[in-house]
Amino acid sequence: MFLDFVIVLIKAGVVLFALLNLAALLTWAERKQSAFMQDRIGPNRANVGSITAGGLLHIMADGIKMIAKEDFIPEGAHRVLHTLAPAAALFPALVVFAVIPFGDVLVIGGKEIPLQVANLNVGILYIFSIASLAVYGTMLAGWASNNNYSLLGGLRASSQMISYEVSMGLSILGILMIYQSAQLDVIVREQGQLLLGFIPKWGVVLQPVGFFLFLAAAVAENKRTPFDLPEGESEIIGYFVEYSSMKFGMFFLAEFVEVVIVAGLVTTLFFGGWQFPYLQADGFHWPFEAGVWHLPHLLVTLIQVGTFCIKVLLWCWILLLVRWSLPRFRYDQVMRLGWKMMLPLALANLLVTAVIVLLVT
Amino acid sequence: MIPLPHYLTVSAILFTTGAIGVLMRRNALIMLMSLELMLNAVNLSFVAYARLHQDMGGHVFVFLSITVAAVEAAVGLAILLTIFRTRATVDVDNLHLLQR
Amino acid sequence: METFLFWIFAIVGVGGGIMVVFHRNPMSSAIYLVVTMLCLAGFYALLAGPFVAVIQVLVYAGAVMVLILFVIMMLNLREETLQREGGMATWILAGLIGLVLVVAVLPPFPRTPAGTPPPEFGTIEAVGNKLFTMYMLPFELTSVLLLIGIIGAVILAKRRML
Repeated sequence: MFLDFVIVLIKAGVVLFALLNLAALLTWAERKQSAFMQDRIGPNRANVGSITAGGLLHIMADGIKMIAKEDFIPEGAHRVLHTLAPAAALFPALVVFAVIPFGDVLVIGGKEIPLQVANLNVGILYIFSIASLAVYGTMLAGWASNNNYSLLGGLRASSQMISYEVSMGLSILGILMIYQSAQLDVIVREQGQLLLGFIPKWGVVLQPVGFFLFLAAAVAENKRTPFDLPEGESEIIGYFVEYSSMKFGMFFLAEFVEVVIVAGLVTTLFFGGWQFPYLQADGFHWPFEAGVWHLPHLLVTLIQVGTFCIKVLLWCWILLLVRWSLPRFRYDQVMRLGWKMMLPLALANLLVTAVIVLLVT
Repeated sequence: MIPLPHYLTVSAILFTTGAIGVLMRRNALIMLMSLELMLNAVNLSFVAYARLHQDMGGHVFVFLSITVAAVEAAVGLAILLTIFRTRATVDVDNLHLLQR
Repeated sequence: METFLFWIFAIVGVGGGIMVVFHRNPMSSAIYLVVTMLCLAGFYALLAGPFVAVIQVLVYAGAVMVLILFVIMMLNLREETLQREGGMATWILAGLIGLVLVVAVLPPFPRTPAGTPPPEFGTIEAVGNKLFTMYMLPFELTSVLLLIGIIGAVILAKRRML
């Protein structure tokens, strides 16, 4: 009983550690990748003595800069809510990863440890409920700044987020119907099955429309380009103009943590999670009865966790690519896309999936 | 193991607090929020009794109750917005045009 | 552990509920109501109802309260400068009547402890099973009600007379 509790704490600690470090790395990766895409070098000046480490020290320089800046609360603003809003933006982003499985069951000394912090029965619904709590950060930030423009920015951001939550939820229902469960570890395990004998039953194979809808809706929910009008920077006022130093840093850390979350969700639901094609618990089972390669359990677990990490990193990289290639949408275009194009498409996808599932089973 | 009366006491306190809010406050938005508080208190007592009798009907009813409360909040807020547009106030003591 | 969690949720939830009613600023009232709803979701999780707990957070705390906060922000309601509704005496009287109501409701409660429910109690499958077989009619009626609500809210909130 106590040992179980300690194991869960260790898993949660590992996940949080990896998540926060990956989000910090992404701030550097974003600038370097945008630089390479735009044929320039990017940040390379931050150094300790003469060690530049390719610009990696910029992460620490940014952190020190943000902590050292003056932290003020504008006059007339609601003090408690102004301080609470960045925390309310960061908390849901960190908590979502509790249900994402990063490996199969690890057996150490006869004890089975599922590599997932919490195996909830309502797995996917938990993710959506926490995502719907993420709206509070932007709304409170916009209102608590005692600034009409940031209020409008906050309203804009939160209405965008709640519009795309609907499409996000509907696009996942097809996955729920196909894999017959809302628990994420069951979904990932089912993706190890083979279709037609050699194609792994990944979500993207069975639900391509759902995949694109979910990707677009999750990027919009995350307020990343091309949906990043709330933080339009040079073009329109956002909801965090009255924030400085570490509170502003928390908003941006929350955004990068959500990038990792979106990558993790897309991997888990549509790209097989920790599944390496044809790798099962005791080794490689090649298709068409070509044979079985047996591997020790720890090596299999290592390959599976490594596969998950590589897939998440790949999707983070793709999301960064998308950010620096597409121009941003105008606000009315964002709303029209969410309600008039993605919602009917998601409903149609649901209908077609339901009909096919009924016919097949 | 928490005995059932504890949950029902919490539900009763929340319900009476919501009732006091609806009766005593003049701001229409706070009246709406107190109404939601009352609905939540009733949902809690439904789930507590469902746990006692191990009947899933309580959970189903709470699900439907939450849905109905969401609809009612949406329509109520739309009415409030309309009133605010014409009368520029949400103080229900000022909305007495039908009185004679 | 369960006792500890129950008391935390109870104190924070009831405190939040009281602050909803007694606070003057509607924005603060709304935040306290969100806190109360999250505590109630914790209660549902303690009472072996994971599905309703998640639905409570998703619909109530995540959608209904966001809607109420939207309206508060759009109407830009600040702290009420009007005098408090009713004097202190009225509030104390209301508090006493409330206390009498709570005490009057309490006595005839079953004192037998509830047994441990089976592991499928309160799961999505269990709720879905009941919802689509025994409670099919309320389910369909609620969906029609949602449609009515959507149409009504859109018409009421339009600027031109429709």
